Amino acid sequence: MTLLSARGVHVSFSAQGRRARAVDGVDLDLAPGEILALAGESGCGKSTLARSLLGLIRPDNGTISYQGEPLRYDSAALKRYRRNVQLILQDPTGALNPRHTVYEAVAEGLRIHRIGDNETGRVAEALSRAGLRPPERFFLRYPHELSGGQRQRVVIAGALVLDPKVIIADEPVASLDASVRGEILALLLRLRDELGLSALVVTHDLGLAWNIADRLAVMYLGRIVEVGPVEEVLQRPKHPYTGALVSVLPGGQPEVLAGEPPDVSQTPGGCRFHPRCPRLADGTADAAGVADACRTKELPVLDGTTRAASCHLIREC
Amino acid sequence: MLTVRDLHVTYHSGQTAIPAVRGVSLDLAAGERLGIAGESGCGKSTLAIALLRLLPRGTEVSGEILLDGEDVLGMSFGRLRAVRWVGASIVFQGAMHSLNPVHRVGRQLAEPMLLHRTVPPSKVEERVTELLGQVGLPPWRAASYPHQLSGGQRQRVMIAMALACEPKLVIADEATTALDVMIQAQVLELVTCLATERGIALVMISHDLSVLSSTCDRLAVMYAGRVIEEGLAHEVFTAPRHPYAAGLAAAFPMVGDDASRLRPRGLAGDPPDPARLPPGCPFHPRCERAIAECESHDVRLRFVGTKHNAACVHIGGLVT
Amino acid sequence: MTAIAWQRRRAAVGRSWQEYRRHRAGVAGLVILAVTVGIALAAPLITDAEGLDVTKSTGGVLDPPGNGFPLGTDEQGRSVLLLLIWGARVSLLVGITATLLAMGIGTLIGVAAGHFSGWFSGLLMRVTDWFMVLPRLVLAIALASVLGPSMVTIIVAIGVTSWPGTARLIRAQTLAVEARPYLERARALGAGHWHQMTRHVLPNVMPLVLASTTLEVASAILAEATLSFLGLGDPTRISWGTMLSRAYASGAVTAGSWWYLLPPGLAILLVVLSFTLCGRALEAVLNPRLRDG
Repeated sequence: MTLLSARGVHVSFSAQGRRARAVDGVDLDLAPGEILALAGESGCGKSTLARSLLGLIRPDNGTISYQGEPLRYDSAALKRYRRNVQLILQDPTGALNPRHTVYEAVAEGLRIHRIGDNETGRVAEALSRAGLRPPERFFLRYPHELSGGQRQRVVIAGALVLDPKVIIADEPVASLDASVRGEILALLLRLRDELGLSALVVTHDLGLAWNIADRLAVMYLGRIVEVGPVEEVLQRPKHPYTGALVSVLPGGQPEVLAGEPPDVSQTPGGCRFHPRCPRLADGTADAAGVADACRTKELPVLDGTTRAASCHLIREC
Repeated sequence: MLTVRDLHVTYHSGQTAIPAVRGVSLDLAAGERLGIAGESGCGKSTLAIALLRLLPRGTEVSGEILLDGEDVLGMSFGRLRAVRWVGASIVFQGAMHSLNPVHRVGRQLAEPMLLHRTVPPSKVEERVTELLGQVGLPPWRAASYPHQLSGGQRQRVMIAMALACEPKLVIADEATTALDVMIQAQVLELVTCLATERGIALVMISHDLSVLSSTCDRLAVMYAGRVIEEGLAHEVFTAPRHPYAAGLAAAFPMVGDDASRLRPRGLAGDPPDPARLPPGCPFHPRCERAIAECESHDVRLRFVGTKHNAACVHIGGLVT
Repeated sequence: MTAIAWQRRRAAVGRSWQEYRRHRAGVAGLVILAVTVGIALAAPLITDAEGLDVTKSTGGVLDPPGNGFPLGTDEQGRSVLLLLIWGARVSLLVGITATLLAMGIGTLIGVAAGHFSGWFSGLLMRVTDWFMVLPRLVLAIALASVLGPSMVTIIVAIGVTSWPGTARLIRAQTLAVEARPYLERARALGAGHWHQMTRHVLPNVMPLVLASTTLEVASAILAEATLSFLGLGDPTRISWGTMLSRAYASGAVTAGSWWYLLPPGLAILLVVLSFTLCGRALEAVLNPRLRDG
């Protein structure tokens, strides 16, 4: 049973007179108690997709469904939705209003949804779950008095206080010191184990996916190019892009791609990865007879649940 | 070609003295690549700018920094200016914002060359094209403004600028931190390639131990203003002896390593505030292996193996 | 727990005050203002309002200082000092009220224009632009002809022409605050427009408003003086501007009656300067927090 799903989602922005297709056809499913990592480089659309799943951005096309029900965008429905799906942002310093105490920051969710009973108790429990113990000691602190890791825990507590079923985390540890990251990631895993939370973690760090995710979806230029269990995707990648990303991780034989991902307003025709594809460049695609398809034929949107990769080479085999 | 002996750097802010670097010694031979790893507050960036005496006025500095035999700290200002960029150059953290937005890239590349008169003005344009080519940018980019370039491209321009006066040492302070993994890989490939070709010594500063271990020959890990472990890069990353170095290394899991699959490991607590260091070993509040002695007794680097030293009470033997 | 929260807020204010005290100019301005406002408020207690009545004046016409009139007399025999003190009340009142009006409208529109996007924001900005180019003097004269010359006319004239500047400033700051991640977090938590604007935008925009207000009062007092000088104020009340107007009209300039001209002029200068110094000091104190928040 899927908890959260996206079907045929398209999101675009107009930038400088051109249409930038940030998310260009995505099907994705998140099961209960699952941690799904959404990986890719900047500009691939992962943050936009995450915000669409939260209802913060309305897709041009396609549906987002929660527990089978499509999302409605009137403010009352969205507000109800927010109690189930919460957000954790990248920069904990920016994510907290510097004028609000920790208590106020965590209680904000409760106040917005007018949950008045036992506010103090709920705040204490959320802070405690997020690893800040004893919680009372943190009530009156201001964000600038806390360390980066502690601030992120406050943000997590703020999300937990509404008892959500899904947490969407956008680069949750990228702004934190390296030695502190492990603790926050361990916290997310613990929350999954103890509370049955599902999580969608947006990250550029494949090592993080290895550390905490069950499944991994790799995005490139608005599409998911490969999806599947983490062990499979990272150790036996099928798509050349995934292969290249994994290869530049330390310890591998780096296959460094030239150039940069093109602007989302200028998506290449055919397979959108073909201008940078090492398999096309080294002749493997020619040998398999798909080189033309790579350049001209667009690939269908991947099914968000199974093990799949969006590449002409694979489809031929 | 670079020797640092017992460097101490203390910032003075108002009434407080903040010891950012507390006795660091390093050696770097020509063409060698040294990585300095550490997190916020460990003093690595301070060390980087101290090497070219770029510290703010009023900062207390003691010790020796020998650049090709000459003491940077003792140089006259004129000599220092001559050495800066020609003897050693820096690629700064946040280099993408270090470019002047109202000047074209070519002009900014030409600036150090014209300042130091390393190249006659007639040959400057040629040299700019050459530099751009070295970092993989086409010659027509010289006419672009910084905002017309992507992050990765701007970083390459910064590297080109660092190479403009053909220095013997390049210090890269978190030069690839804000970049995407693939761009980072490109830039690292470029930097190591250029360094090897030209025999330039490289000091790479980063919090990313895994990156340093694969690009550098030797690695030094800093914590609270001191080097707490140093040795061959691969050894320090895969078999660290100091608990902090081990904790830091564990924060960069290797894909394929079962030990880290669904088992994120980090260190409890936070990096210490240099203005308020704990007594004894600065790491002891966060250390799993701390013993009573750690609270009162700070440990200096001890011999672990060939060229491998670590500063932990659990390691026997002293380094002379 | 709320008690402790208030204690912390008081401590924060205390720290801001310490910071403010380091700006000597600001402290000087504050002292001058305190004295001026004190005298103005205490006017009914320390002076005899009777002296303002033209029919009861006892001095000579445009007498120089002396003879129990420390600042001489005006063209109707009233003590200039008395006029100065009572004039302070009107000038300060009009200045402050007009500013509050301008700030109120400006903040409302600025925050709304910054928070909402699309046609609504565009509409607000066009309205702002329209009011911005309205010439204060012409408006005042037009209002005076409709409402009659009075304090209200001046207050409205100043308020209506000053708010666009504030609105633009506040809109800019609102846009900056809106871009910050904690606004996005608030939206993700389910916050509606009202919550976002009152709990997040306004508190972060208020320091700017406060500093700006102080400077605006200075400007308003000057404007009041100008409009009163031109005769658009209440003819039955004395303000520093009307004093200057009468001095001019009664030929005090040619007669060399400096005691009639100099005091109101200097008073305006002093008060405007004080407000400006306070405003600058406030900006400096509140700014670091502005940058972070």
